[in-house]
Amino acid sequence: MDAIFLQILNGLDKGGAYALIALGLTLVFGTLGVVNFAHGALFMLGAFCSVSFYKLLTLSKQVKDESITFFDAFKEQPYLEIWFGDYGTTIIDLAVPLSILFAIPVMLLIGLIMERGLIRHFYKRSHAEQILVTFGLAIVLQEVIKSMFGANPIPMPAPEIVSGSAPIGVLFGMGESVVYPWWRLIYLLFSGIVIAGVFAFLNMTTYGMVVRAGMMDRETVGLLGIDVERRFTVVFGLAAVVTGLAGVMYAPILPPDYHMGMDFLVLSFVVVVVGGMGSLGGAVAAGFLLGILQSFASMNEVKSIIPGIDQVIIYLVAVVILLVRPRGLLGRKGVMED
Amino acid sequence: MSEKKNSAGWSRRDIMKAAGAFSAAGAMPMFFSRGAWAENNFRNNPGKAASIKLGFNVPQTGAYADEGADELRAFKLAVKHLNGEGDGGLMNTMKPLSLKGNGVLGKKVEYVTGDTQTKSDAARASAKRMIEKDGVIMFSGGSSSGVAIAVQSLAQEMGVVFMAGLTHSNDTTGKDKRRYGFRHFFNAKMSGSALGPVLKKEMGTDRSAYHLTADYTWGWTQEESIKETTEGLGWKTVKTVKTPVGAGDFSQYITPILNSGADTLILNHYGKDMINSLTQAVQFGLRDKQVNGKTFEIIVPLYSRLMAQGAGKNLKGILGTTNWNWALKDKGSQAFVKSFGSEYGFPPSQAAHTCYVQTLLYANACEMAGTFYPPEVIKQLEGFKFDGMGNGATEYRAEDHQCFKDVLVVRGNENPTSQFDLLEIVQEVPRAQVEYDAKIFGGELGPYKV
Repeated sequence: MDAIFLQILNGLDKGGAYALIALGLTLVFGTLGVVNFAHGALFMLGAFCSVSFYKLLTLSKQVKDESITFFDAFKEQPYLEIWFGDYGTTIIDLAVPLSILFAIPVMLLIGLIMERGLIRHFYKRSHAEQILVTFGLAIVLQEVIKSMFGANPIPMPAPEIVSGSAPIGVLFGMGESVVYPWWRLIYLLFSGIVIAGVFAFLNMTTYGMVVRAGMMDRETVGLLGIDVERRFTVVFGLAAVVTGLAGVMYAPILPPDYHMGMDFLVLSFVVVVVGGMGSLGGAVAAGFLLGILQSFASMNEVKSIIPGIDQVIIYLVAVVILLVRPRGLLGRKGVMED
Repeated sequence: MSEKKNSAGWSRRDIMKAAGAFSAAGAMPMFFSRGAWAENNFRNNPGKAASIKLGFNVPQTGAYADEGADELRAFKLAVKHLNGEGDGGLMNTMKPLSLKGNGVLGKKVEYVTGDTQTKSDAARASAKRMIEKDGVIMFSGGSSSGVAIAVQSLAQEMGVVFMAGLTHSNDTTGKDKRRYGFRHFFNAKMSGSALGPVLKKEMGTDRSAYHLTADYTWGWTQEESIKETTEGLGWKTVKTVKTPVGAGDFSQYITPILNSGADTLILNHYGKDMINSLTQAVQFGLRDKQVNGKTFEIIVPLYSRLMAQGAGKNLKGILGTTNWNWALKDKGSQAFVKSFGSEYGFPPSQAAHTCYVQTLLYANACEMAGTFYPPEVIKQLEGFKFDGMGNGATEYRAEDHQCFKDVLVVRGNENPTSQFDLLEIVQEVPRAQVEYDAKIFGGELGPYKV
């Protein structure tokens, strides 16, 4: 029972990341009709926003280790700690959550530049061309990050106060031995809040209503004198922010490296296809569903019956969905069905 | 029966006899000098060319790109020293030394590079290109046992020596060993032998271990060797779980450990997988747990400084082994750190060290053999005993082409004095403690001539 409970939490947590990435991906596809293979790179850039912010906060005074003569080795002390003592230490400790504030404008800017500078020129091109150009863009972004930060993963500590595990079993009457990392619980909560925020924006604001109308029938909305393109550009920026924030908050779970976007790209496409291309609700539902299935498939009890199932489960589900219901779980009728 | 003779008085039998005698006389020098003929007839023989080419096949993209970049730096430094440039590095400390600092056998050393991408097929394609197109006479490099084993068999097929870089699987010089492949780096079996006594001293003989193992040749053999060691100490093995390489999120493999009854986690992961699984294991509170009345411990049998950088403070206090460390004080290590540090501004990794040493060892063997002919070079490397290269007295065992030397047991440094001081040397385990019988892993080296 404990094991099942923990795997559900693992699945929800993983699903939260999948859902956030897939949400942005399907939002871009639903509005602009673009299959954006650079979307995983946005997740990676988000994670590196937190790395950059952390490096900024930990700019240090270097004290040379005189015992080493063949190269320069330093003991470092961050200026923030020198200037502000314990307050400085606390600010550095909160680097990841604080970097959200840094990441929002940066990711919005990256999204707008990406859309205005490159992707808008490919709206009327075939999906194959869109895939080629966005995949190329993803590789360029990757290499830029690699040249700046190296290929090795960079450790990003969660704030000290939430770096351990929560005795979550006590809440559910399972005993103190059932624990779960605080930061993962925070991530789950965070993904829920962001998803709710996006849905609220799209469903409860006039701006969002126009975007949704544009997703349904772009031409008619245009005929009403609304500049749909400009709104869709903002939607692209919004998608970049959502995906970037998913990356920022994931940094303490998975130390960021330049390739992490590619690792999530395929998964998020599977999530979007299973949920239904262009379906926001579908992306979220499929994200959590596949996250949970993947966690359960990794259980030793399951793997002893079907070896290797943990590595193929989500692709198996995708194949079944595409065969039985080509438009995906919550996809619109006609999309991907012809 | 009478024989017909022609006008010159020669019968057919006379002509046959004369032809036979002529052929035998003509073939005589060839018979006595057939070695010389073979020595000129091998792949990529430099002949009278003024230079030779070496191939450095390292991961330049992918998760091990930083390690590959460090290997490449070391190779370039080795080439520089071989050609008599720079401060000579380990050529000042290596004993016995046949190198003269004038290239190899008087020929200048040049090199080409390739990208393995840490993928067996890409590595083989790159090595093949180096051999067929660039004409390399030896190739080296790598940061994965899967890759090393794949290119080693190519080396055997094509008759070009492969001096392996970082590869730690027992299989490389065990069941998959090849006559044309040589490994200076230590292996999983040696890690287990080195770690055993330290584990006994620090953690006792009553522990229950849970293994998470990368699902490929290196992970399998490391799990097997460490399990053999810990069970030899009296530890129980609760479970061994294979994890996919590059899994990223290991939470689904870590949660079952929480209530498994295990009090020790052994991470048979390397590189990015190790960084991720260790980070997540710490987040799940494993290091704060008390199980069976003991503090839960994590062991990382194979360490590298580059990995330690990625794992950050999570690595503090965790035991493991390493082939070499820049902080060693022997003359060879200091000479290499001085050379590398002065050239690049930071200390070399263990991957850089092994690649540098391998290049020098190959070149030295050519000098000893007096030829580039691979079977003769191989014979010089087999059983070669040397010192002054940073790991104490070392021997390239002839039976399996595995180098035997001291192994380091290290611990994630609790109080680093600099950004490079990440691993604390717990013990320099003498070579005698990590030696084993070559027969236990089976395998066949294969022929000298291909």
